[in-house]
Amino acid sequence: MKVRIHVSLKPGVLDPQGRAVHHSLEGLGFTGVEDVRIGRTVEMDVADTTTDAQITEMCDKLLANTVIEDYRIEKVG
Amino acid sequence: MKSAVITFPGSNCDRDMAVAIELVSGTAPVRVWHGDSALPDGLDFIALPGGFSYGDYLRSGAMAANSPIMRDVIAAAERGVPVLGVCNGFQVLTEARLLPGALMRNAQQTFICRTANLTVENARSLFTAQYSAGQNIAIPVAHHDGNYFADETTLDRLEGDGRVAFRYADNVNGSQRAIAGVLNAAGNVLGMMPHPERAVEDAHGNTDGRALFEGVLNALATA
Repeated sequence: MKVRIHVSLKPGVLDPQGRAVHHSLEGLGFTGVEDVRIGRTVEMDVADTTTDAQITEMCDKLLANTVIEDYRIEKVG
Repeated sequence: MKSAVITFPGSNCDRDMAVAIELVSGTAPVRVWHGDSALPDGLDFIALPGGFSYGDYLRSGAMAANSPIMRDVIAAAERGVPVLGVCNGFQVLTEARLLPGALMRNAQQTFICRTANLTVENARSLFTAQYSAGQNIAIPVAHHDGNYFADETTLDRLEGDGRVAFRYADNVNGSQRAIAGVLNAAGNVLGMMPHPERAVEDAHGNTDGRALFEGVLNALATA
């Protein structure tokens, strides 16, 4: 089973990388970009028997730092 | 003083830390590899050094926080053994949840390597008792991810409980409330981005970091 974990900074957490990329986009002449936030995607191949609870535990224990990050689990199939 | 310095793959200040501890205490620390399953018995002090453990993969300190040796480090910290984490060591301590908050990319995006002016905010902890409250000290910083973040409630609690050990006099990396070092609730775990071990002898051009190690030594001697 393929699982994608989308890790993003929590709302309100300043994202210096996102801000720098935002500036670069404006420098390239792209207008109308309101905000840029940089996240991370973790793709995993896991056994079909892996439970949702196990995947959530992986996220909480290692894949995301829940002090500053949120995550969303997507089962790709 | 029986102390240990933990080395992770990618640590690069472990030797500096060991040299500083030996210089101040007169006893060389035990060097412990991250993959070891147990710490030596009877440790009085544990130091987590700076560096780039696991190449900062995933998040700075995230992989190291799950190293086999960290189970024992966490248990020792919970027993009250003094634990100091410097730079990457601070990142490891937050990832291991021994300290609140997280260290994010510097606000200006760049690696900073310079001497930072700090204010000693709490001079009552075992690490800071040889300083005086409000004292200004100069300690080198060298990091890319030193921007301290915690939510407002946590920050208020840290301030109220006197757990902000050091603050940047000029906020070099965008840290919330210019926090450079924090203590755990019990006061036996300190994490800080600046490197006191790089300011302990005259050849360093600055010995402001020495009092931190003297504080630990003194606390152990009088315990």
